[in-house]
Amino acid sequence: MRPDLPKYKTSDEVDFVIIGSGAAGGIIAKELSGNGFRVVVLEQGPYLTEADFTHNEIKILNEDLLTNHPKLQPNTFRKTPDDKAKLQRAVVYGRLVGGTSVHFTANFWRLHEIDFIERSKIGPVPGATLADWPITYADLEPYYTKVEWEIGVSGQAGASPFDPPRSKPYPMPPLPVKSSGVLFEKAARTLGWHPFPAPMAILSQSRPGRSACVNCGFCLGFGCEVGAKSSSLATAIRMAEKTGRCEIRPNSYVHRIELDANGRAAGAVYFDEKRDVHMQKAKAVVVCANGAETPRLLLLSSSKQFPNGLANSSGLVGKYLMLNAGGIALAVFDEPLNDYKGYAVSRIIHDFYENDPQKMGFYGGGGIDARFDLTPIGFAMGAGLPPNAPRWGKGFKDLLSHNFTRTTEIFAHTTSLPVENNSFSLDPDVKDAWGLPALRMTYKDHPDDLKFARWLTARGMEILDTAGAKQKWTFPIEEQQFAVHLLGTCRMGNDPKNSVINRDHRTHDVKNLFLCDGSSLVTSGRGQPTMTIEALAFRAADRITDLSKRGEIA
Amino acid sequence: MTTMNTNRREFLLRGCSSLGTIWLSAHWPSLLSAAAHARHAAQSVEPPKLSFFTADQAKEVDAVAACIFPSDDTPGAREAGVVYFIDRALVTFARDDQKTYRDGLPVLQAHVKDMFPGVEKFSAATPQQQDEILHSFDDPSKAGGRRRPFRGGAAAQPFFENLRAHTIVAFLLDPDAGGDPNGVGWKLIGREREHTFQAPFGYYDKGYPGWQALPTDADKGKP
Repeated sequence: MRPDLPKYKTSDEVDFVIIGSGAAGGIIAKELSGNGFRVVVLEQGPYLTEADFTHNEIKILNEDLLTNHPKLQPNTFRKTPDDKAKLQRAVVYGRLVGGTSVHFTANFWRLHEIDFIERSKIGPVPGATLADWPITYADLEPYYTKVEWEIGVSGQAGASPFDPPRSKPYPMPPLPVKSSGVLFEKAARTLGWHPFPAPMAILSQSRPGRSACVNCGFCLGFGCEVGAKSSSLATAIRMAEKTGRCEIRPNSYVHRIELDANGRAAGAVYFDEKRDVHMQKAKAVVVCANGAETPRLLLLSSSKQFPNGLANSSGLVGKYLMLNAGGIALAVFDEPLNDYKGYAVSRIIHDFYENDPQKMGFYGGGGIDARFDLTPIGFAMGAGLPPNAPRWGKGFKDLLSHNFTRTTEIFAHTTSLPVENNSFSLDPDVKDAWGLPALRMTYKDHPDDLKFARWLTARGMEILDTAGAKQKWTFPIEEQQFAVHLLGTCRMGNDPKNSVINRDHRTHDVKNLFLCDGSSLVTSGRGQPTMTIEALAFRAADRITDLSKRGEIA
Repeated sequence: MTTMNTNRREFLLRGCSSLGTIWLSAHWPSLLSAAAHARHAAQSVEPPKLSFFTADQAKEVDAVAACIFPSDDTPGAREAGVVYFIDRALVTFARDDQKTYRDGLPVLQAHVKDMFPGVEKFSAATPQQQDEILHSFDDPSKAGGRRRPFRGGAAAQPFFENLRAHTIVAFLLDPDAGGDPNGVGWKLIGREREHTFQAPFGYYDKGYPGWQALPTDADKGKP
C-alpha cells in the first residue's frame, strides 16, 4: 500500500530540496522528512520498482536500463590537465530512484579508525594531498550502527580482529557461505590470516515488505527483484514516502542551483521529462548527486558571485578524485563451486588494511574478498575465461561447460591517494543531449596506488594457490580510465581554503547549501565506500536538523 | 581486454566493447518476441520464415554460428535457434545493426575467397577450410595464437567479432528473460534455471560447520 504522497508546487518554498535519491539522498530524505520537514527529492532518472527489474543481461549491462547512458550524457577522459580529453565513457552510476545502491555489490565495510587520521599517523605522501578528516571514527560510529539496523546489513560482529569498535552487533546473521568463501577461509587461515564473514547490505532474514536473499545469482549490476538488497529504493525512499512529507520527483535533471540576491541558495532548476525547465523553490538545498554529478552541478551553477563555480572559493570543487584501485585473480577448481548461485561475496580479509609505508616502501591498504559476480554472457565473452582460451568451436564449448561452475574470483580492493590533478570538470567542447557541458574526467593513479594494488593482488594469488586452484590467472594492473567509486571531489574540512564543505556538510561559501555523497570523503577508504556514504548521510541529516531547529540555516 | 584488471568494473557493467556498441536500443517485448520466434522456428517442421536475412544470408550466419557453438555430443547454435534470434533482433531491437550484416557478410565472403580461391562463401567451405578462416581471426599476440594474416582478414575481423558476440548473446541470454526458451546454452554451462537457490550451493560448502573463531595471533602474517 502506497501512502498518500504529497505533491508540492515548484513555487512552494519547501524546507529542503534534495538533488539525487541514491545512497545519501535517500537517507537524508528519510531523516529530514521524518523530522517534520517538507522535502522534495529531484532524481534525474526514472522511478522503477522491483517489477521492472530483470535478469536480462543485455538490457541491464549493455543498454543501461539502470545506469547513465553514454549517448545521452557522454563523458570525456584525459590522464593529465595537459592532455586534450577524448570522448570516452569514463563513469558509470545508477541513474534511477535509488541511484547506484540499486545495482551495487553491497559490500558494507565500515571505515576503520585509521582512515580518518592517516595523515597524522604516517605523515605526508609525496605527490598527494593526504589529509585527516575533520571528524573521527567515533563521531561516525553511531551512524554506522544506524545504517546496519535501519537499512539492513547482515554480518558477524567480532569476527575480525581488525574491526573498529562497535556499539551494537549486526541486526542479522551473515548470509550463507559460498564454496568460494569456504575455499578462501581455509586457505587464508593456513596462511595465518583472519578471514571473516563479509558484511553485506543484503538481508539474511526477511523484513516487512522485503524478502531475505533468494540467491538468484543476478546481483552486481542488477536490481533486486525481491527487495533483499538494501538499496535506497528498497529502504530509505519508502520510509521517506511513508512520512507523507516527502515527494520523490523522478525524471528531473537538475542543472543549476539558483542564488537569491543575498547569495543564498533559492532552489534547484531542472529539466522535466519533456525537457521543460522548472525551478523548485526551497529554504535550503542538499546535493547528493554523487561524486561526479555533484561537482559538475556546482560548476554548472557559476554566477557573478561565484565565477569559478558555486561554493568553489577554494578552487577544489571536482578535485582530489579517488576511484579506489584494485586487482582481480580468477581460478578454476576441480569440483563445481556453483558460485553463480547466491550473492557475490561471502568471505573477506582485512589483514592488510593498515600497513607501514616505511616497511612496505610505498603507501597503501586494502581488503581482499572471495567472490563470483559474473553472469553467463559476460563470462563467455571473456571475463571469466583464462588467457589464450579458445573463442569458438568444440574447445570453446568444452571450456564453458567445464569452467562456468568451477571458476571463482578474488578481488583485492585498495586505496587511492588524493591527487589534486585528478578531477571531474566541465568539458569545454562536448555537450550532453540537453546542451550542457559534458563531464570530463582527468585521472592518473598515484604510483603507490598501483604498487599496492599489485602487491595485494599477489596475496590474492597466494590464497588461490593455497586453496588448491587447478588454474589461476590475473591481469596487468594499469592506470585506470574508468570510474565507479566517485570519491573526494568536494572534500570535507575545517579550513575553507583547502576544503569545500565543513564537518556539518555545509558548504563553506553558502549557508543553506549542503553536500553529502562520495564527494564528501577526505580519504578513499579501502574500496567499499557506500557504507560510509550512508553513515555520513545519517549524520549530515542530524546536523542539518539541528542547525535548522536552532535557526542557523534560514 | 588486455587491461581487464583495471577496467574490471567497466567490463562487468558493459560486457565487452563490441557488444556494447551493438545492442543498444532493445525493447524488452521485442526481445521476448525474438526468443519466441526462435523457439517457433526451432520447433516448426515448416521451413522457418525469415524477417531480415535472405535465405543465403541466413545460411552464412548459421554456418559461422555453428562453428562457434558446433552441434556435437551436446546441442549447439543450431539447436538454440541462434540465426533466428539474430534475424528477429535485426528487425526489432537491433535495427541499428542491419548495416553491420549487410556490409559485413560480403566482406567476410571476400575474405573467404582470398583464402580459398574458388570458394564463394563461408557456408560453401569445407569444415577444415572454415576452421582455417576462423583461425585467421585469432589474436597473434596471445601464446598459441594462430592468426594467419591473409589479405582481407583484417577487414573481416570486426564483423566476425560482432557475429561472435551476437551468437553468444543468443546462446546464453537467460532463457526466462528473453533467451532461448529451451535453455540449450544454460544446460551446456551447467547454469540451473531456477530463480531461487539454497545453500549448500556447491561441492566445497557442503557440510560447512559455520564460521568459527580461532585463537590466532592477530599480528601473524602481517607485512
